[in-house]
Amino acid sequence: MAFTLPTETYAGKVYEVTIGTDNPVTFGGEGVLPFHSFEGPIPHRPVIAYEIQDVPPDDWPETVRRPFESCSGDPVSWAKYCQDELKAQAIALRLIGTHPDRENRTPEEAAKTVSDVLGAINVPLIILGSNNPEKDSQVLVAASEAAKGRNCVIGKAQESNHKTIVAAAMANNHKLIAMSELDINLSKQLNILITQMGFDKERLITDPMCSALGYGIEYSYSVMERIRLAALTQNDAIMQPPMVGDIGFYVWKVKEAQASESDLPQWGSLEQRAIAWEATTAAALMLSGAELLIMRHPEAVKALNRFIDELI
Amino acid sequence: MALSGVEIFKLLPKTNCKKCGHPTCLAFAMKLAQRQVSLDLCPDVSEEARQKLGEASAPPIRPVTIGSGDRTIKMGEETVLFRHEKRFINPCAFAVEIKDTLPEGEVSRVVQEVLGSEIDRVGQRLRIDAILINNTSGDGKRLEDTVSAVYGMAPQVPLIIATNNPTSAEAALNIAKDGKPLLYGANETNFEAMAKVAKELQIPLGVSANGLEALSALTEKLKAAGVQDMVIDSGARTAKEILRDNTCIRRAAIKKGLKPLGYPIITFAQREDAMLETLIATLAVAKYSSIVVLSSVEKWKSLVLFTLRQNIYTDPQVPMQVEQKIYKIGEPGADSPFMITTNFSLTYFIVSGEIENSKVPARLAVMDSEGLSVLTAWAAGKFTASKIAAFIQESGIEKELSKKELILPGYVAILSGAIEDKLPGWKITVGPREANQIPAFLKGRN
Repeated sequence: MAFTLPTETYAGKVYEVTIGTDNPVTFGGEGVLPFHSFEGPIPHRPVIAYEIQDVPPDDWPETVRRPFESCSGDPVSWAKYCQDELKAQAIALRLIGTHPDRENRTPEEAAKTVSDVLGAINVPLIILGSNNPEKDSQVLVAASEAAKGRNCVIGKAQESNHKTIVAAAMANNHKLIAMSELDINLSKQLNILITQMGFDKERLITDPMCSALGYGIEYSYSVMERIRLAALTQNDAIMQPPMVGDIGFYVWKVKEAQASESDLPQWGSLEQRAIAWEATTAAALMLSGAELLIMRHPEAVKALNRFIDELI
Repeated sequence: MALSGVEIFKLLPKTNCKKCGHPTCLAFAMKLAQRQVSLDLCPDVSEEARQKLGEASAPPIRPVTIGSGDRTIKMGEETVLFRHEKRFINPCAFAVEIKDTLPEGEVSRVVQEVLGSEIDRVGQRLRIDAILINNTSGDGKRLEDTVSAVYGMAPQVPLIIATNNPTSAEAALNIAKDGKPLLYGANETNFEAMAKVAKELQIPLGVSANGLEALSALTEKLKAAGVQDMVIDSGARTAKEILRDNTCIRRAAIKKGLKPLGYPIITFAQREDAMLETLIATLAVAKYSSIVVLSSVEKWKSLVLFTLRQNIYTDPQVPMQVEQKIYKIGEPGADSPFMITTNFSLTYFIVSGEIENSKVPARLAVMDSEGLSVLTAWAAGKFTASKIAAFIQESGIEKELSKKELILPGYVAILSGAIEDKLPGWKITVGPREANQIPAFLKGRN
């Protein structure tokens, strides 16, 4: 019996999304399951964005604070370091200092940070709020305006605050991250709500919510797989935006990324364990469908890039 | 190809005798089609039907075991491509490679690493499952020496003996055959002799070929030669090849019922770069490998891979649970906060993580709610005032506390009055609804 490779054909395709203006990057665009280059073309590599924030990273664990010690005092030098020294393809600026429980910075202050960072870099910028839905609906509006014309990604619009954020992203011609919590139906519902406001689904990026290795990654993994299967096999257009994995934010707060080897000798080297925790979380979610990965540690990014080199 | 329930029904005696424990033959046939019962339950099935059904009802991926005793590694029996459809059955095994060119001291160091690799995570004992001894030297004597050294130190650890020389294989296997090792293995040129060795010693055989077509042809030849238990290697070594071949093997076996590829897969993930090796192993865990061979087993790498394997192989329908008890976070004193939540593992991880982030030492009571999260458990009647009160009372925790105060998750604020009624002398405080508000909440109390 002659053997034929059991390949499949898919009805749908993931939208291709381009971000930035001077040195734009593009992700998505494939009509096959992640890295199934034996079934069809994979036009773009996943894009890895370095995460920085508007306030110094005092809340980051030592292992991931150290590589940025020389530059993380202010977001502009931090962004330039990522672009120039680490050759970042994109930068994700998290406006965590606007959170009411933190520095409680105003939307105007956030907008100024965004303008300053954009003035210093020419790679694409992803602008993230502090994940306080109420505050984000003011902060991200101001940030969208400050970034007008730079084709940024604004995130994250959630069900409770999407209206103002969608309107601001639309008015200022940005891309938008739509985040729901680990449920394919909620994700679909939010994408529908957003497109009903007149926002193009081709400009959306879906965030089904990241979870770190050991802390619910299996939920993120399976929701992403299901969304991608719906996009490809059922040709469900509303599920066809590319997906983002907000990796670093979730990884660097877990115990395995912080506990010292002297406290837990059976866990081995903290440095390598923590880096591997971030790289593995990213790799697993990339295999289940994420095309845009937001990460922190330069060594984790390097490892993931080497992995992508082998996969492509 | 799998048969439908109706097709199976046609082959059954149709007597509705109930001896199988099912009300009708049709009901039994339906269960058979879903592979939930064994045909052996039917005492009256004809030999012809048994043969037909046996072929069809055999799992699409043959179950194969290596090792013996409580460290036996079970592989195969998988039924789906995506874990949301149904649980992945047999978690992949991690094996570390020991080359027979290694100096003796190094060999024993690696064996000790394997023996010391066991850790406990969410109630499961996790460890490096096997050792692959590679006949890198090409010398039969060195292979024998290394096998006897390893087997002498750790007879309980399942072995994979990797050589393509049947004579060396036989000599080495004779040392360790009681441990039921895997022989890896057979290829185009040596398969007849290897088949003979595997049959004689009744051990499973690893089979390697270049590509899926050659591989399926070779497993057919081995099957014809009487070898049943095989573990297959398509020659895939790069990440791209591993993803392609493993996906195609799993699909061919499950969706096309292709028996020649219906065997567990062995994947060689070794890289010079330990971080990259971890990611290649990540791919192998997520994408269908049954044995993942590593070049080294540093503790950090093992922890990452054990955790990933546990996550990927979790039953998507059954939430992971942690043990009901009162956990200490930091070093709580008599006046430290005392909080309660449910035993859904994610709830526990997130709540305990946020308490840790707050740097405020505390006690966290984790109550058995059958693995449901707080709101779901409350709605399902598993996290009620009387159950909480009973748990707190039976725990005897009040002896350790200077003031009897319990912090309740904000989502079940509604229970605070009822708990106060049932726990006389206790003050019930309503805490935050979301775990990420815990640090601000705890710091605000100080």
